[in-house]
Amino acid sequence: MAELCDLAGTELAARLRSGEISAAETAESSLRRIEQVDERLHAFLNVTPELAREQAAAVDARLAAGEELPPAAGVPLALKDVLCTKGITTTCGSRILHNYVPPYDCTAWARLRKAGALLMGKTNCDEFAMGSSGENSAFGPARNPWDLERVPGGSSSGSAAAVASGEAVWGLGTDTGGSVRQPAALCGIVGMKPTYGLVSRFGLIAFASSLDHVSTFTRTVRDAAALLSTIGGHDRDDATSVDRPPQDYTAGLEEGVRGLRVGVLPESFSEGVEPGVRDGIRAAVDRLERLGASVEEVTLPNAEYAFSAYYLLAPAECSSNLARYDGVRYGHRAEGARDVVELMMKTRGEGFGDEVKRRIILGTYSLSAGYYDAYYGQAQKVRTLVIRDYEKAFERVDILVSPTSPTTAFRIGERTDDPVKMYLSDIFTIPANLAGVPAISVPCGLDEDGLPIGLQLTGPTLGEQTVLRVAHAFEQDLGFAERPALLASLS
Amino acid sequence: MPVEIDIDHVARLARLSLSDEEKDRLKRQLGLILEHAARVQEVAAEDVPPTAYAVARSNVFRPDEPEESIPHELAMGGAPEAEAERFKVPRIVEQD
Repeated sequence: MAELCDLAGTELAARLRSGEISAAETAESSLRRIEQVDERLHAFLNVTPELAREQAAAVDARLAAGEELPPAAGVPLALKDVLCTKGITTTCGSRILHNYVPPYDCTAWARLRKAGALLMGKTNCDEFAMGSSGENSAFGPARNPWDLERVPGGSSSGSAAAVASGEAVWGLGTDTGGSVRQPAALCGIVGMKPTYGLVSRFGLIAFASSLDHVSTFTRTVRDAAALLSTIGGHDRDDATSVDRPPQDYTAGLEEGVRGLRVGVLPESFSEGVEPGVRDGIRAAVDRLERLGASVEEVTLPNAEYAFSAYYLLAPAECSSNLARYDGVRYGHRAEGARDVVELMMKTRGEGFGDEVKRRIILGTYSLSAGYYDAYYGQAQKVRTLVIRDYEKAFERVDILVSPTSPTTAFRIGERTDDPVKMYLSDIFTIPANLAGVPAISVPCGLDEDGLPIGLQLTGPTLGEQTVLRVAHAFEQDLGFAERPALLASLS
Repeated sequence: MPVEIDIDHVARLARLSLSDEEKDRLKRQLGLILEHAARVQEVAAEDVPPTAYAVARSNVFRPDEPEESIPHELAMGGAPEAEAERFKVPRIVEQD
């Protein structure tokens, strides 16, 4: 039987306002679920029950006082542990920040807190958001609620697993190369990466600043719209924030796809994509056509170079951003260093895991004298070409369709020895990060192993309304109602 | 052709101490990754301007007005070692 924590946030909001439920009951429902499953799932690094209960009581009091509450009020929330929460340890899944307690809140959480969302805790992730499986967490991997032997995807592994299993109803993650859309696909939920700058990055611990996007996990598209409406809009604390006031993205959700032009990327059906995923995407395209959209093939000629460009740009920015972890001002400090350079080298050597070291070295190399133009400079030019490809594509079509991930959830340990194979998990998601355009992953069925497949819909810059509208129409028509195996075992 | 990397030099630039085992492994893996990444060089792009930020904004200012900020104790609260409201580190300057 469905518990409160299994309902959509918009449904909880309606029941809360009608007096049918209280925020306290909702908080207890999620806390109970965490107690039931998280030992196996390991979605959370830190659960915050006192805070959740305190916030729920405040919501119930506001309601009793007759206050008009925003849609986020009383919704259980999971935050990826790269988002700063004042007074609550924020580790980035790394040993180097195992004891870091931020002195301020990130903007996204500050807005949700003000709106009355209930923080259930901070979630597991690949160290500094670098990875596609969650296995690079210094604190052990999160698992996929559809199959505990498989990865939930990454890097926002814990938030995806938490929302998929009802430990939370809404989740925030970060998407630098697909780190929200890919785990959403692998966990059978909705993952939305908005336009670059639409959600403030203030208080998000940076990996690659020009590619990082605070992004959402929900179980319905309407919830994604409601969550984005809560956290979006200009923030003076982020100089790259888009200069637009907050907007209601739930408006226009019901307009359907009739008359819209859908562009299908031919790579969706290439050899590198699992047969089950290809079938799922083909059926999804047919469905959109049946719903009244026109379908044509569209190519992004430089997308095949986007992957290469990304694995130069992201590590380059990473090597610069992560220079701040030196054992001087916060976090881990190595013992017994004789001078300050040795202190920094030892601290970083002890504090960072394999993947982070790999990217720091790769980034440092590609930015170093003699290699800069051939690698970093050239990758920036390829980025321009990828952006132009999207601009041209969106002259012809309203939305682009592809798989989110070329495969469904893979087994824990399966790709850890082969970084390039792991990186290829993000082949369909990376281009949207380079171009900053909005993209969403929605469930489009299960493969022959009963694992969820994600459909990616990509729109033009600031085309969130279109992306959400198409995703909503698709979701409503498909009526995806499968639940993870882990939850079936509870009843 | 896998790319050859002077791993000691790069690790020094990155202020990152690595074990010999890590150096060997990274050298091998990075050679393979760079082989993929080097594909950007296949693209003819002499006349293409570089992009740093996809949704570019420049000269973003706000009024320069004094306001409350994080208190000193809180900002220093995570310091591994501090003295007299300053971060403390081992010696920086060489001794005679």
